[in-house]
Amino acid sequence: MFAEIEQYFRTERLPHIWCPGCTNGIIVKSIVEAIQKAGLDQDKTVIVSGIGCSSRATGYLNFNTLHTTHGRALAFATGVKLANPELNVFVITGDGDCTSIGGNHFIHSARRNMDLNVILFNNNIYGMTGGQYSPMSPSGAKATTAPYGNIERPFDICNLAIASGATYVARGNSFNTRQLTDIIYNGIANKGFSFVEAIASCPVYYGRKNKLGNAADMLKWQRDNCITKEAADRLPPEKKQGKIVTGILHHEPAPEYTTEYQKIIDKFQGGEES
Amino acid sequence: MNVTSINARLMQGNQACAEGAIYAGARFYAGYPITPSTEIAEVLAERLPQVGGKFIQMEDEIASMAAIVGASLTGAKSMTATSGPGFSLKQENLGYAVLSEVPCVVVNVQRLGPSTGGPTAPSQGDIMQARWGTHGDHPIIAVSPSSVQECFELTVKAFNLSERFRIPVLMMLDEVIGHMRERIVIPAPGELDIFERKTPEVAPSQYVPYEPQDDSLVPPMANFGEGYRYHVTGLLHDDTGFPSNSPAVMGAHQDRLHEKIRRGLNEIIMVEEAETEDADVLLVAFGCMARSAARAVKEARAKGQKVGMLRLITIWPFPEEALRQLAEKVKAIIVPEMNLGQVVDVVKSAVEGKVPVYGICQADGEIIPPERILEKIEEVL
Ligand SMILES: Cc1ncc(C[n+]2csc(CCOP(=O)(O)OP(=O)(O)O)c2C)c(N)n1
Ligand code: SF4
Repeated sequence: MFAEIEQYFRTERLPHIWCPGCTNGIIVKSIVEAIQKAGLDQDKTVIVSGIGCSSRATGYLNFNTLHTTHGRALAFATGVKLANPELNVFVITGDGDCTSIGGNHFIHSARRNMDLNVILFNNNIYGMTGGQYSPMSPSGAKATTAPYGNIERPFDICNLAIASGATYVARGNSFNTRQLTDIIYNGIANKGFSFVEAIASCPVYYGRKNKLGNAADMLKWQRDNCITKEAADRLPPEKKQGKIVTGILHHEPAPEYTTEYQKIIDKFQGGEES
Repeated sequence: MNVTSINARLMQGNQACAEGAIYAGARFYAGYPITPSTEIAEVLAERLPQVGGKFIQMEDEIASMAAIVGASLTGAKSMTATSGPGFSLKQENLGYAVLSEVPCVVVNVQRLGPSTGGPTAPSQGDIMQARWGTHGDHPIIAVSPSSVQECFELTVKAFNLSERFRIPVLMMLDEVIGHMRERIVIPAPGELDIFERKTPEVAPSQYVPYEPQDDSLVPPMANFGEGYRYHVTGLLHDDTGFPSNSPAVMGAHQDRLHEKIRRGLNEIIMVEEAETEDADVLLVAFGCMARSAARAVKEARAKGQKVGMLRLITIWPFPEEALRQLAEKVKAIIVPEMNLGQVVDVVKSAVEGKVPVYGICQADGEIIPPERILEKIEEVL
């Protein structure tokens, strides 16, 4: 454990349940580094998660943590944040959790623009239940429930977030952790719904099913197939083909929900109460 | 009712329920519109910001239930309201609140159905869903008011019970009670008891979130954001709040959830008896049916028939003890209910064959009139 960030972990709860080579831990480290960099008060920070391998992260994090039901983390987080807007609220969610069973909560949370920081651990598969395809499994990918290859098309979840009204949208991966920490940090600064897709690897199910090599090979794949938005903007379209664009994809501030609600309450301040 | 506190008004049941929530200290509501519960949301959308509280219309009932649990964890007394289809959608997160012991109040203004059913037709068809709607063994508290005044006062009690026992409390209204207008007297501030959640008396470093501190077995609850950095999960867990697969730990958790309610039965069980002292026939009724039954008691008595009523205010846990004592004295029990036989079977099992139990069961959206109850009384006497 790195001494600088040890305070953010419930070290007595370690070791974690994740498989060797899983990148969930890398992403969690970026989250706490961003929290540290932003100087957030640990006692005023709540981390909410759904159900899945990635969502188990809350058990290891030394904050008020809320491990909820499958797909519903954003709805629980909405209650926490609206009831006490002083709290910094983070949501950790998996690709199945967020984009399948939680898809409706996702688009509505983005639309409302409540000040929530959402980090989607995208490993392209249902890890916890043993390797079924998710709405983020690429077409053609193999999964236990797609033995002949996935005939569905995946979401571009960042585009969906933008279309739904998220005011901050970014993508990173578990190879370039400096970038990942930075985009989470910048999301914290955005007062509104901030969404970060963090590309993760699940060597045990996604990797094995799709013959992507070992954990290191999967990280190298991330390194070789992601390009930053700045680089992408300079490339001609044919050179961007098949590449995954990372970095801050969208930032367009808009009125934040709890702030707007407070304005309604303030109208009654000093007025009669019954 | 204290006449000096007069604040008499004509009010609808749903509105009284919303006003009762404000009186109880509710400061958070999340919901999704559905007939015949919608007025509760509409009233609270207007009222909550006036008292510094929060209202939000969520994308569906699953989210509404989730949001009130989240809000409650920050210390806000929280509520949602719904009807049939929405009550079904709330079940998973309702179970979450039971297991993680997060207080909240869920109002179900019952309508006829399964499915979309009869959206504006009254019913008492969700009594068993209230008991067993979420999966797994779990305790629950469900109460049912019979008048507009009681909508107000019972909502206050529902919050008290929920905060006291750290369990969701279900307010089982029906379309009749929810939409009926009656004169009510709003209690003055301080007139009704308000229970505030017990918070930890120890420092954060000493806090063991699910460790009971007394015989009630209800552990004190820290609000998020106050330095007590604990973990809340829907997994079975030990006193620290962290999950465990150990049968001993999982079993102990399940047992405590039930035992805390069993130990609180004296506070939780509310019934009202009318004319039961010498009764030969006992009517067991709740919600709007208690009104028909009260009328039937009056008319039967006028005819010289010895009929009394046990009105169930608390439905779950079922008031078995009160019923058993009366079963010793009466010759027959009649249960009029607007469903096809939910409470009547529970009554039968509680009285264990000591007296014959008859149901008057109807699920067509009509109230069972006193006449039908009187006919049945004639029949069984
Ligand atoms: C209502 C409900 N349906 C299904 C499940 C089973 N389940 C648990 S985790 C999971 C998928 C997790 O996948 P993802 O969200 O991608 O997270 P990962 O495990 O890959 O991190 C499913 C289907 C559940 N817990 N609850
Ligand atoms: S199954 Fe996959 S996602 Fe889950 S812990 Fe293992 S490697 Fe990680």
